[in-house]
Amino acid sequence: MKNHDNHISSYMLNWTVLLVLLMLTTISILAIKMHLGAYTVALALILASIKVTIVLTYFMHLKFENTMLRLMVGGVFLLFAIVIAITFTDYYFR
Amino acid sequence: MNNTSATVPLNYLNHKTGLWSWLSSTDHKRIGLLYLYSITIFFCVAAVLGLLMRIEKFAPGPTIMTAQTYNGMFTIHGIIMIFIVVIPGLAAVFGNIFLPIMIGAKDVAFPKLNLFSWYIYITGACLGLYSQFANGHSPDTGWTFYVPYSAEASSNVVIALTAAFVLGFASILTGLNFIVTIHRLRAPGMTWFRMPLFPWSLYATAWIQLLATPIVGITLLMVIAERTLQIGFFDPTLGGDPVLYQHLFWIYSHPAVYVMILPAMGVVTEIFPTFSQKPVFGYVPIVFSSLAIALVGYFVWGHHMFTSGMSYESRWFFSFLTFLVAIPSAIKVFNWLSTMYGGSVDLKPPLLYAISFIFLFTIGGFTGLTLGSLATNIQVHNTDFVVAHFHYIIFGGMGFGFFAGIHYWYPKIYGRMYNFKWANIAWGFLFIGFNILYFPLFIIGIQGMPRRYFDYDPKFQTGQMISSVGAVILVIGLIGMISNLVYHVRRGAIAPANPWHGVTLEWQIPSPPPHENFDEVPVITHGPYVFDNPHTKND
Amino acid sequence: MTTSEHIEHSEHIDSDTGKLGMWLFLFTELFLFGGLFIVYAVMRSKYAADFHHAALELNVLIGATNTVVLLVSSMTVAMSLTAIQQKQKNLAIGLIFITLILAGVFMVNKYFEWGHKISLHLYPGSEVMKTLPHGEIMFFGLYYMMTGLHALHVIIGGILLTIVMMRISSGKINQEHYLLQENGALYWHLVDLIWIFLFPLLYLIT
Ligand SMILES: [Cu+2]
Repeated sequence: MKNHDNHISSYMLNWTVLLVLLMLTTISILAIKMHLGAYTVALALILASIKVTIVLTYFMHLKFENTMLRLMVGGVFLLFAIVIAITFTDYYFR
Repeated sequence: MNNTSATVPLNYLNHKTGLWSWLSSTDHKRIGLLYLYSITIFFCVAAVLGLLMRIEKFAPGPTIMTAQTYNGMFTIHGIIMIFIVVIPGLAAVFGNIFLPIMIGAKDVAFPKLNLFSWYIYITGACLGLYSQFANGHSPDTGWTFYVPYSAEASSNVVIALTAAFVLGFASILTGLNFIVTIHRLRAPGMTWFRMPLFPWSLYATAWIQLLATPIVGITLLMVIAERTLQIGFFDPTLGGDPVLYQHLFWIYSHPAVYVMILPAMGVVTEIFPTFSQKPVFGYVPIVFSSLAIALVGYFVWGHHMFTSGMSYESRWFFSFLTFLVAIPSAIKVFNWLSTMYGGSVDLKPPLLYAISFIFLFTIGGFTGLTLGSLATNIQVHNTDFVVAHFHYIIFGGMGFGFFAGIHYWYPKIYGRMYNFKWANIAWGFLFIGFNILYFPLFIIGIQGMPRRYFDYDPKFQTGQMISSVGAVILVIGLIGMISNLVYHVRRGAIAPANPWHGVTLEWQIPSPPPHENFDEVPVITHGPYVFDNPHTKND
Repeated sequence: MTTSEHIEHSEHIDSDTGKLGMWLFLFTELFLFGGLFIVYAVMRSKYAADFHHAALELNVLIGATNTVVLLVSSMTVAMSLTAIQQKQKNLAIGLIFITLILAGVFMVNKYFEWGHKISLHLYPGSEVMKTLPHGEIMFFGLYYMMTGLHALHVIIGGILLTIVMMRISSGKINQEHYLLQENGALYWHLVDLIWIFLFPLLYLIT
C-alpha cells in the first residue's frame, strides 16, 4: 500500500540524463549533413534506440526495478523487432 | 463475515440482490457471470444465423434468402462468434470466476478495471449488433475485413470495424488484469510451479491478448482512416499495399486463435486429473507447451497468406513454423491421455465433453497441417475445407472446452447440480450433430466447393444436405444442453462443495463461494494435483 | 456483512501492482504505434526516393524544437517524482506545471505545423495530394496518422498530469502514496519515447 523501498533519483542525475539526451539529439541532426547514404537510417535508429534505452533506464526507473519487469520490457522490444523483421523479409525477398 | 447464523449461508450470489448490485459489482465472480450471460445471448444469435445459412444451403440456388442477405449473415456470424463470443469466451467467463480462486486470491488485481472492461465489451458488442441493422446495409466483407473491398463496400463497415476495435480494448484490459493478478496476488506458498494449469494457460493467453490485440486495433483504425480520411495505406490506387493489410490483420488474428484455444486446453487439463483421480501427467511440459504455443504462435501468421503473393522465402518460413506449433499441441494431447491412463476414470458429463474436445481438436489440428503445407494449401485454400477446419478447432475445441468447463464448474458457480442423464443425451446430439455438420465440408472442400458462397454446383448437394441435417441435430443438442443448465440453476439438487473430489483450491471452499472467496488466506504447501489415493505421487 | 471493508481494499492499490499494470498498458501502446511503424518500414523501403523528397516539406527546426521540448518535459516530470519523495510538495506541483506548459508548447507547435501543411493543401484527399507520386502520398498519410495519434497521446497525458497535479495539491498524493504520479510520469515518458522514434523517421530522412 505504501510506496516503500523506492529509489529516489537525485535532481543532478536527471539533469545529466537530459544533457546526454540533448547531445544525442544534436548528433543525430548533424549526422544527416554528413551524407552517409544507406547508413543514415541505421545511424538514426541506433541513436534513437540509445536515447530510448536511457529514458527507460533512468527517467522510467527501470534501473531500480526488479529483474522480472526489466525482462518483460526487453522481451517486448525484442518481440516487436522480430515481428517487424519477419514482415520485412517478405518484402525484401519479393 | 461468516458470523451470520442464517439457514442459507451468505455467498456471492445472495449477499446483495437487485439488478444494480450486479451491474455495479466489482466481484470477479459476478463479472464472470455477466460475461457468461452476455456471451450466451450473443452465441445464440450467431448460432441462429449459422442455422439459417445452413438451411439456405440445403439446396442450390436461392432457398430462403437473397445473396446479399447471405453475405451479411456470414459476416455478422463471424464477427459475433469471433470477437464477441470466442475471443473473450473462456478467459472472461471462467478466467474471471476461477482464476483468483485457484491462485488463492480474493479478487483480481484491478476489480474496477475488470467491471469497466465488461462495459467496454458490452458497448462493442452492441455496436457490432447495430452494424447489422443500421441503414439496412449489414457489412458483407467477412469478419476478416480484407481490403480493398472493405475500404470500398457501401455497407456499415466503419461501425463493424469500430465494434471490433472497442472489443479488442476490452480483451486487452482483461489480459492486463490477469497478468498482474497472477504476478502479484498468488497466495502465500503458491510458487509459479505450484499454480494449477488453468491459470497457467490464462497467463500465456493474457500475454497474447496484451501484445497482439493492439496491432489489429491500429490496423482497423487505418482502414477507418482509409474510408473516412482517404489515407490509402492499403489502397493500390494511392500506392498502398493490400497484402500489408493481410500481414497486419493476421499478426493479431492468428495468435487470436490461441487466445481462444489455450484457455480451453487449460480447462480440460483441470478436468482430466479430477475425473481420473490422478495427478496430471507431465505438469512442467504442459506449462512450457502453453508458453511455447503462445510464443511460436505469434510468428506463424503468414500461413493465411500462402496464395496472396507473398515471397517464396516467407512462405516456407511460415509453413515451417506452423508445423513447429503442432509439437507443443501434441505434447498436451499425449499428456491428457496419459493422465487418464491407469486412473479411476469416471465418465461424467464434464469428462465426456473433455474427451470429445481431444477428438475434435485432433481432427482440427491435423487438417490444420494440411492447410499449413504449401502444396496442399493451394488446392484447399478458400474452400469449405478451411471452414470445416476452423470450426473443428474453434467450435470443437474452444466450444466443447467451454461446455466441458460449464459442466465441470456449474455446481461450484450455482451450488446446484444439473441432470446427468439430460446432459449426456444433449452431449450425444451435440457430438453427433457436430460431426455430421462439419465433416462433409472437408470432403466437398477438397472437391472444390468455395467458402462464403451463397449458391453452389448441384454436384455438391449431397454434402451440403448432410451438413444441413447435422446443423439441425446440433441445434437440438444445444437447446437440450442450455435448457438443462438453465432449468437447474434454481431447481437442481443442492450440490456439495466438492462433488467431483477435485483438489484445486476452488473445491476447498463452499458452493457457491462466499463473497470474498476465502474466510482465511490459504497457505499452499504442495503442488496442485495431489490426490488422496494410491495413485498419488506427492511432490 | 462488512461491505465497507471490501470497498476499501480495492481503493488503495499496492504500488508494485499498480506500476506493473501501467507497464503492461504501455506495452500495448507500444504495439499500437508498432503497427504504424511496420507500415512505415515497408512503405519507406518501397518508396525511398519519394519519402526523401516528401520529407523536405517538413521543417527540421520545428521537429527539433518539439524534441527538445518533450525531452525537457520528461525531465521535469521525473524531477517532480523526486520532489514528492523528498516531501517538497510545492516544487512537485511547480515541476508538473512546467511539464504541462511544455506539453502546451508542443501542441501549439504541432498546430502551426499542421496548419501550414493544410494551407499548402498537403492533406489526405486534397487535389494537390492527388497529383503527387504514390510514395509522397504514403509519406504524408503516415505523417498525419503517426503525429496525430501521438498528439492524441500528448493530450491524454496532459489530462492525466493535470489530475496528478490537483491530487498533489489536495494532499491525496503525498510522500507515502504517489502511485498515480508514478504512473502519470510513466505515461508521459512513453509519449516522449514514441517521439524519439518519430523524429528521425519523419524529419531526418536524407
Ligand atoms: Cu492461423
